[in-house]
Amino acid sequence: MDIFYPLQIFVNWLVYSLFNLEQGSVIAGAINFFIYDSIKILILLAVIIFAVSYVRTYLAPEKVKRLLSRRFEFLGNMIASTIGIFTPFCSCSAVPLFIGLVESGVPLGVTFSYLIAAPLINEVAAALLWGLFGWKIALLYIASGWIISVIAGYILGKMHLKKYVEDYVYKIKMKQGQKAQKKLQKERISESLGETKSIIRKVFLYLLIGIAIGAFIHGYAPENLLANIAGKGNWFAVPIAVLIGVPLYSNAAGMIPIVSSLIEKGLPLGTALAFMMAVTALSLPEAIILRKVMKLKLLIIYFSIVAVGIMFTGYLFNWIL
Amino acid sequence: MKIKVLGSGCPNCKVLEANTKKALEGLKIKADVEKVTDIAKIMEYGVMSTPALVINEKVVSSGRVLTSEEIKKFLK
Repeated sequence: MDIFYPLQIFVNWLVYSLFNLEQGSVIAGAINFFIYDSIKILILLAVIIFAVSYVRTYLAPEKVKRLLSRRFEFLGNMIASTIGIFTPFCSCSAVPLFIGLVESGVPLGVTFSYLIAAPLINEVAAALLWGLFGWKIALLYIASGWIISVIAGYILGKMHLKKYVEDYVYKIKMKQGQKAQKKLQKERISESLGETKSIIRKVFLYLLIGIAIGAFIHGYAPENLLANIAGKGNWFAVPIAVLIGVPLYSNAAGMIPIVSSLIEKGLPLGTALAFMMAVTALSLPEAIILRKVMKLKLLIIYFSIVAVGIMFTGYLFNWIL
Repeated sequence: MKIKVLGSGCPNCKVLEANTKKALEGLKIKADVEKVTDIAKIMEYGVMSTPALVINEKVVSSGRVLTSEEIKKFLK
């Protein structure tokens, strides 16, 4: 049974009895959809962000560095991508992280796996996908993001790109990092709670706006609106979705509810997934920041390989689902 | 007392700087708060995630935006 079934009963009561809206009318449907989705997604967000933040208190960057140095390639790529699932990535930390990893001897390809997985597999996106499409799709998103990170990092590692890293990166000598202090269980929990609150506060508004637009599309847009222009038959839909996704940054919270309604109106899931991955993984602000440590050529190669990986995933899901 | 906020100028670093100043005011301590944005200098402290707070050349926190209450504990 759906664990959110009681919530649906409550929202039905709220909309049909308390607000006294006519069951079956478009406006009642849209409002019901809006309230139910908002509450459900907020619950999921809180639970998932808390869990991920808690795991993260065990993964301080200094520890990540230790885990990743002296690893063989491929195994290293896999570990790096897995760690990337739990570490979100504020693009302002990208540069020190990149330098820190490269400086301590982590292979470039492994560093890339981490750099790709961290923003690509995003806990807010995972929570939203779970809430709107079910846990299978959320898992599919995490698994395909992980595979993209492993393979793209591995390929980048094999391309001998060291010469395209800005020279000064190799000149920086880090002071032996401080030992990460041991944290008490109580501190871990309060840190995770603080993190959960701050992320939810940050995405809350985007989320409600996104769900509201989604509810509107759900209620008012014609069926099969997108089936003709962006349906499976259109091979350009996937690359175009990725191209649109790149400049849209950090609004995964607002974007996903809208996309979910567009899927109802005929947007294929693979195309939608590719779009959402492009939004979270590739962004212009991140590119500008990474330009400080990577020469333009490396940056372009990096973005292209990730974009190709995302498009491939898009086509794959359109084909199998 | 010498206090440094390490960070490349992202919004989080600005919040940390503001919280630090608030904590200093609250405790009525006079101290210089310096912002370090040069990446090579940041790395010299062995910090891999920003923003970081350095008090008297010792890194007390990295990768988190501390609240002014948390900062007060380090200042005492």
